[in-house]
Amino acid sequence: MILTEESIARIREKAARYPIRKSAILPAITVAYRQVGYLSEEIYGEVSQIIGVPVVEVAEAATFYTMFPKQPVGKFLIQVCHNISCSLLGAESLISYLEEKLEIKKGETTPDGLFTLVTVECLGSCATAPVMQINQDYYENLTREKVDGILEELRSKS
Amino acid sequence: MTFYSPVITNAAEVAGSEKLHLLRYVEDPDQHKVEKFEEHGGYRALKKVLGGMPPEKVIEEVRNSGLRGRGGAGFPAGVKWGFVPKDSPQPRYLCCNADESEPGTCKDRVIMERDPHAIIEGMAIAAYAIGCHLMFIYIRGEFGHCIERMEKATEEAYARGHLGRNIYDSGYDLDMIVHSGGGAYICGEETALLNSIEGERGMSRIRPPFPAIEGLYGCPTIVNNVETLSAVPHIINRGADWYKTMGTEKSTGSKIFSLSGHVNRPGNYEVELGFPLRHLIYDPAYGGGILGGRKLKGVIPGGSSTPFLTPEMIDVNLDYESLAEAGSMLGSGAVIVFNEDTCIVWAILKLIHFYRHESCGKCTPCREGTAWLEQIIRRIERGQGKPGDIEHIEEICDNILGRTVCPLGDAAVMPIQSAIKLWRDEWQYHVDNKKCLVKSEFALR
Repeated sequence: MILTEESIARIREKAARYPIRKSAILPAITVAYRQVGYLSEEIYGEVSQIIGVPVVEVAEAATFYTMFPKQPVGKFLIQVCHNISCSLLGAESLISYLEEKLEIKKGETTPDGLFTLVTVECLGSCATAPVMQINQDYYENLTREKVDGILEELRSKS
Repeated sequence: MTFYSPVITNAAEVAGSEKLHLLRYVEDPDQHKVEKFEEHGGYRALKKVLGGMPPEKVIEEVRNSGLRGRGGAGFPAGVKWGFVPKDSPQPRYLCCNADESEPGTCKDRVIMERDPHAIIEGMAIAAYAIGCHLMFIYIRGEFGHCIERMEKATEEAYARGHLGRNIYDSGYDLDMIVHSGGGAYICGEETALLNSIEGERGMSRIRPPFPAIEGLYGCPTIVNNVETLSAVPHIINRGADWYKTMGTEKSTGSKIFSLSGHVNRPGNYEVELGFPLRHLIYDPAYGGGILGGRKLKGVIPGGSSTPFLTPEMIDVNLDYESLAEAGSMLGSGAVIVFNEDTCIVWAILKLIHFYRHESCGKCTPCREGTAWLEQIIRRIERGQGKPGDIEHIEEICDNILGRTVCPLGDAAVMPIQSAIKLWRDEWQYHVDNKKCLVKSEFALR
């Protein structure tokens, strides 16, 4: 099993609350994503067993939602908003700056497996643009200086 | 990294106002806790309702208040609630739409993070009004902290007897589920949201039947936005007539406007409906003028799905009817400001890329049309536009507008149509000269 006892318990607890089992698909894959960092065929299989829904239905739903990476990503998944409000305040320049700092192109992972850089659609943080999300945390009102500090902090955490 | 978004709000102004109410306590660091919420008068409206106000009376009060949906469509909330069949033997459901994803919009997040019980109280009142015993809040998956906050607040509400069995000894039972989404804009469309809760792909359904008749699990269901539901307790406490003293005749009450883009003070500002757009942008208490002292080029007043306004058009009031008259829409109240350095083709490319990415793929005009539009607009933006491209874009837009299962198709084309109408010369320049008339180079600070 890829999913830990804790994740399984959490999925079961959530699933028990819904009137139909299928409703637990999204909550279950969210728990799996939070633990593993991405989704895979194996995870669809495990989720299917835990909540008692055919694996094809789990995969069908999961593949619709772009928030869940479908292959391994770095320890820190950097998602930069490139929608309009962020772009007006330098999102394109932010992406270039991150590419330069991390020495990768968007869509790539650093060789040490620490950072994956991707662009995403509106993160709903438009009045604090430009913004990026790293794993679950939002980083707002970004400047070059802030980006330097954030990357340094994450590197020291790893 | 702080838990709260550092977004600017006018909470101080709201606190000093006799009427504004949505952002009153959002700068109080403890407002998310149930004790503090109760201390500030929270759950009083729910007690009032469960203490003997018949459901029909609750619906009537909300209908009389004129409260309209704050998620974008602006449909009167009380009228919507009234559509739920009274005699249906099926369970009824309430879903709070917290899939906040319309570019420019960041208001519901503030309420979820900082005043989550206000949403729960509004939801519980709505649930009672429609005879619902299980309600959901559907939160976009990226908002991890909001989800945690709402889950914690839900636990607290159960522990204090605001949710659960026999609430306040009224005999009324109500359960609540916090449901996290998967980051799909389309799930903010009510039927796609319901499919998503059912464990399906988030694709919209053909309406009718409307959710009020046949919604979640085939049962009568009401879907309301976070901000709409947050206003409900105030209407119950102070009455429909009080609510109507704010705003205009057809746009009653107050609304949070998310101001973003090229302004000095982007933020979330609660004002009465009918507030002048120019003040929101230029008044030092709000936007404080255009960033860097540049000139204004245009404004999207109601989220990325609404038509642009030019500087000549911004003497308009922020209410449903005035904006409609000006050729745009109030939408979700997300005001995006563009300065003179913005290339309109570049801006539109950002938007159409978004709609193409977020189209659920169910119906052909939207699925294919948004992809074609992105392709052509990208070509123009890169300096590879061909004669006839602009007319081609217009033709595709005409074939999407009003011909899709859900409003996403309309949302994708309305800003494009307005951008071509208002700045046609600039599009033509781009095609003819293979370059921008103005170069959008916005550096990171």
